Amino acid sequence: MSLRRAAIAGIHEYPDRLTPGMSRLQIKAVSAGRALADAGLHWSDVDALYDAGEVGPMSGIAVAEYFGVTPRVIDTTAVGGSSYEFHAAHAMRDIAAGRARVALLTYGSTARSESRAIGTGGRAGQATPASSMETPYGLNLIANYALVARRHMHEYGTTPEQLAEIAVTARAHAVRNPEAVAALKSLGIRHTGEITIDDVLSSRQIADPLHLLECCMVSDGGGAVVIVADDVARDLRHPPVWLLGAGEAVGYPGNDRDITTSAAARSGPAAFAEAGLAPTDIDIAMIYDSFTITVLTLLEDLGFAEKGGGGTFAVGGRLRWDRPGAPALNTDGGGLSSNHPGMRGIFLLIEATRQLRGESTSQVPGARHAIAHGNGGLLGTRHAAGTIILGKD
Amino acid sequence: MSTDTTGTSRAERPAPQRPLPLFPEPDTEPWWRATAEHRLLYQVGASGRPVFYPRLVGPDALEPGGEWRESAGAGGVYSYTVLRRHGHPFFRSQLPYVVGFVDLDEGFRMLAQVDADPEAIRVGMRVRVGWEDHDGLSVPVFVPDEGRDSVP
Repeated sequence: MSLRRAAIAGIHEYPDRLTPGMSRLQIKAVSAGRALADAGLHWSDVDALYDAGEVGPMSGIAVAEYFGVTPRVIDTTAVGGSSYEFHAAHAMRDIAAGRARVALLTYGSTARSESRAIGTGGRAGQATPASSMETPYGLNLIANYALVARRHMHEYGTTPEQLAEIAVTARAHAVRNPEAVAALKSLGIRHTGEITIDDVLSSRQIADPLHLLECCMVSDGGGAVVIVADDVARDLRHPPVWLLGAGEAVGYPGNDRDITTSAAARSGPAAFAEAGLAPTDIDIAMIYDSFTITVLTLLEDLGFAEKGGGGTFAVGGRLRWDRPGAPALNTDGGGLSSNHPGMRGIFLLIEATRQLRGESTSQVPGARHAIAHGNGGLLGTRHAAGTIILGKD
Repeated sequence: MSTDTTGTSRAERPAPQRPLPLFPEPDTEPWWRATAEHRLLYQVGASGRPVFYPRLVGPDALEPGGEWRESAGAGGVYSYTVLRRHGHPFFRSQLPYVVGFVDLDEGFRMLAQVDADPEAIRVGMRVRVGWEDHDGLSVPVFVPDEGRDSVP
């Protein structure tokens, strides 16, 4: 008997980026209901629940109760922004094993309304060996990524202009996405049009060599994804978007680790091997863009460019939706210019699905294969890498 | 009531303090206790390779037993950033300041502040450990080692 295949059948991205008065649980429930409706399913169909725990301890119980579902698979893997790629990988596995038929992934965040830092490095309060050694130095979220950018520049001659190009591309896609434009306006960003490399490099430096416009926005938001077994997928509202391959890995500081290479160098090849595909087969690259350096590093680690070649790979607008010869990058506008409530991984799956359905606001004609790569935690120190390869019939 | 209200309030307002490690934290507490004597320790595991951060059970052993050694405190900057914005009052008072990974000559890497000119700091700069004394521990803050050549 062949293993059951898994497909994304329902998606929803909560449209608002400012949600005063809403709780995280409410955003999750609204998104879940709409994603189930998008698929043509109902709460009673859900038999597997995946949750990153953002509503609090023992979220597997709390979220099941609120939704009124009775899952037979409960997975609360929490690895920051990459949690949803891990959840998708686990849903593939659980569906293949016959343990689940309809899997529900949800996310809700009120990071902007709470005006809290969204860094995933852990705050004072619970001492760990890592926090004990690092807390006295104030290495904040942006500075952590800046360490990678500085070393990348040192080793490979990567330039600020090359990094800026990634932010320029994200904004070009955001301008085409009405929800992203509304997001920029609602978050008080005055200039909501396209930006130039000079705009990025003349924005203020936060942690050398990273500038303000190289940093993701801080929003509220959320979303949901419904993943189903192949026999369920055939009868639903949309053509299935198949999950073809998955890879998981973690990285952490070592005494001789090359910090310009992330754990994606392990999760990516595993996912491509399972899918039987190569980077040159990919039309859509949904790559976690917490900062510009994140994307540059991940493009290399995933095999789109050789190590050190990410800068030249990204320049000249090559990653825009309408340029042939390279995958289209973050066609929804990304975390840099559309939606980053703290854990962006779910939106990577959602926009990849839109592209393979033909529903993106920056639709790549004939898009057939997509990659969604989430980076959770902190790229410069300890982080998680989740890679999912998606495809349509 | 004093008429010199400005001067009084300024004098009474405590300067923001550097956040320090929270104890108990049994893996790293011995390391921090040694800093009070200005000793920079690291561990060596069963294979002879350095282990850092310190921990009870090292990655090359199945039982506790890492050996503590003392570093000479000299190394090179592996990477760095110059912080120019910060949300914490102490670090805001330090801006701009340098944090980086320092590769110690004994073969371990630690994150630390480097008290160097933000315009002069560079990858490969030779540094040596300095100490900022607090109650019961000292925080390593590296300083440029002027007499030494840089290593790329």
